[in-house]
Amino acid sequence: MGNDAPTPDVAASVDFKQVQSTEQFQELRKRHRSFVFPMAVAFLLWYFAYVLLADYAVDFMSTKVWGNINIGLIMGLLQFVSTFAITGWYVSYSNRRLDPIAAEIRHEIEGHEFDKDGNRVSGTAK
Amino acid sequence: MIGMVPAVNVAALKDTTLLNMAIFGLFVAVTMIIVIRASRNNKTAADYYAAGRSFTGPQNGTAIAGDYLSAASFLGITGAIAINGYDGFMYSIGFLVAWLVALLLVAELLRNTGKFTMADVLSFRLKQRPVRIAAAISTLAVCFFYLLAQMAGAGSLISLLLGISDWGGQALVIIVVGALMIMYVLIGGMKGTTWVQIIKAMLLIAGAAVMTFWVLAIYGFNLSDLLGGAVETANNPAVLNPGMQYGKSDTSKLDFMSLGLALVLGTAALPHVLMRFYTVPTAKEARKSVVWSIWLIGLFYLFTLVLGYGAAALVGAETIKTAPGGVNSAAPLLAFHLGGPLLLGFISAVAFATILAVVAGLTITAAASFAHDIYANVIAKGKADADTEVKVARRTVVVIGILAIVGGIFANGQNVAFLVALAFAVAASANLPTIIYSLFWRRFTTQGAIWSMYGGLASAIILIALSPVVSGTKTSMIQTVNFAVFPLSNPGIVSIPLAFFLGWLGTVLDKKLEDTTKQAEMEVRSLTGVGAEKAVEH
Repeated sequence: MGNDAPTPDVAASVDFKQVQSTEQFQELRKRHRSFVFPMAVAFLLWYFAYVLLADYAVDFMSTKVWGNINIGLIMGLLQFVSTFAITGWYVSYSNRRLDPIAAEIRHEIEGHEFDKDGNRVSGTAK
Repeated sequence: MIGMVPAVNVAALKDTTLLNMAIFGLFVAVTMIIVIRASRNNKTAADYYAAGRSFTGPQNGTAIAGDYLSAASFLGITGAIAINGYDGFMYSIGFLVAWLVALLLVAELLRNTGKFTMADVLSFRLKQRPVRIAAAISTLAVCFFYLLAQMAGAGSLISLLLGISDWGGQALVIIVVGALMIMYVLIGGMKGTTWVQIIKAMLLIAGAAVMTFWVLAIYGFNLSDLLGGAVETANNPAVLNPGMQYGKSDTSKLDFMSLGLALVLGTAALPHVLMRFYTVPTAKEARKSVVWSIWLIGLFYLFTLVLGYGAAALVGAETIKTAPGGVNSAAPLLAFHLGGPLLLGFISAVAFATILAVVAGLTITAAASFAHDIYANVIAKGKADADTEVKVARRTVVVIGILAIVGGIFANGQNVAFLVALAFAVAASANLPTIIYSLFWRRFTTQGAIWSMYGGLASAIILIALSPVVSGTKTSMIQTVNFAVFPLSNPGIVSIPLAFFLGWLGTVLDKKLEDTTKQAEMEVRSLTGVGAEKAVEH
């Protein structure tokens, strides 16, 4: 499958504007954006809040909580925890809310693929 | 045990040179056999650039960790924590959190729309030639800066790990590293390179895990006691608090913000990381890759926290600073303290393998970008067949390898540590805005992409050239003259917002509108995976 290899080119014959305007696709787009955008903003804010505190609130971050463990170390470790948590949350959200609808749209497009003369073009031999 | 300052005999390290070399030789022999076996099926361009898209998510995730955990991460962060305490730890957090950008916004959408390179995605719905050329130039720039930093770092590592301190001997080792790298990439292509990354990542993480467990065992698995040990050896309670490195002045505080911004936004736009997403068969596997790499990289940075404070407590910052290799010697010295010559030999060999693997990953990315973007799509205008393209890619590998060797020899001993930070800043300024805009902003146009990419690239490089890392201070690359008019060592805080702004401005001032059909196609394909490149079947 190089540049000019006869890839089964589904894309060439699909009316993508029509697919884009379907309610189903708009729903997928909405679900995707309504998760990833707020989440990206949230973790960036949380990270920069942490950096600002470490930069400009050294005394607060140096407050000992338990033995030699201070607030700075706890907040740093919480950055690890939140990163792992967001990762897990996104995976479960994708599995439940994104993958099924994306697969549905994909099968619909790939299953009903005909060129102008009505010949099936998807899944043609390589 | 706690409170005893143990003596680490630095001179004794030289006696282990032969052992280090033997272990490294074993690594080279084993990986070479695997690379040769893996490359028997390398036939097409998709095989050579994207390993036939046949790796699984976990395999690719491990390889991404291998690509990402460079010698700078392992030796640099451990050393930074050992000497600067908490600030070294802050550094590692930026490197980890950055992966959420890749996971949420980039990996899957890129896998669904692209073929081999970053430029495939950026030029998808915009004008092919200008956008592809700009994307290829910034890819090559990032790879070049990163590659030079790795090769220059190899010199100081050699002096530490092999006890070779003369210039000629170090040059010889740089040539050997470069030649091995060329062989891996020529023979193995992406498949071979990926296997080298996987093996190296597993060795690195296993080695760090053993050392972490060992250090924790010494302190009865009590983190507080370990930190107490570090405070006692350093005789300075501030090692546990932020500010030892970055808190010196208002400029250094701002500098850290700037670095943080570049790390978090640059990672998901590093071309050699992006290219790894094409080695898996589907977007879902690309997602799994990122999940695996987040867990592995996160775990590894938790290890470096223990190792860094462990080195501070058991070896001591003074011993580390005066050892050959300076800050970078913290992890090897700790290994020697814990497990004697054998553990040091293992850790040293892993550090070498790390340079070799990271350099190989960068080289194949640069070669793919040159052959696929510049040669096939611009010079040959898409008329080159796949065989010629791969032939060009292979020749480019040799040229880049030789450039890396020559650059590494001349940069050896120079203070070029800023090059890694520059690579992240260029990726975050020149690449990320255009990636985000073209995936998520319908109105985005070619002019916006061009302004953003060249503006981001130029501003990052010019600001670095005018910064104190290049001229004017005792630690600069050029100490004798001073043209440092920009006070920060990290340009990100200026160049990244500027590139986002230019992308917006170029678009709203653009009178020409882009093809909405292409936009629809890109959006539908990126979210659903329709028409995405499939795995090669052999």
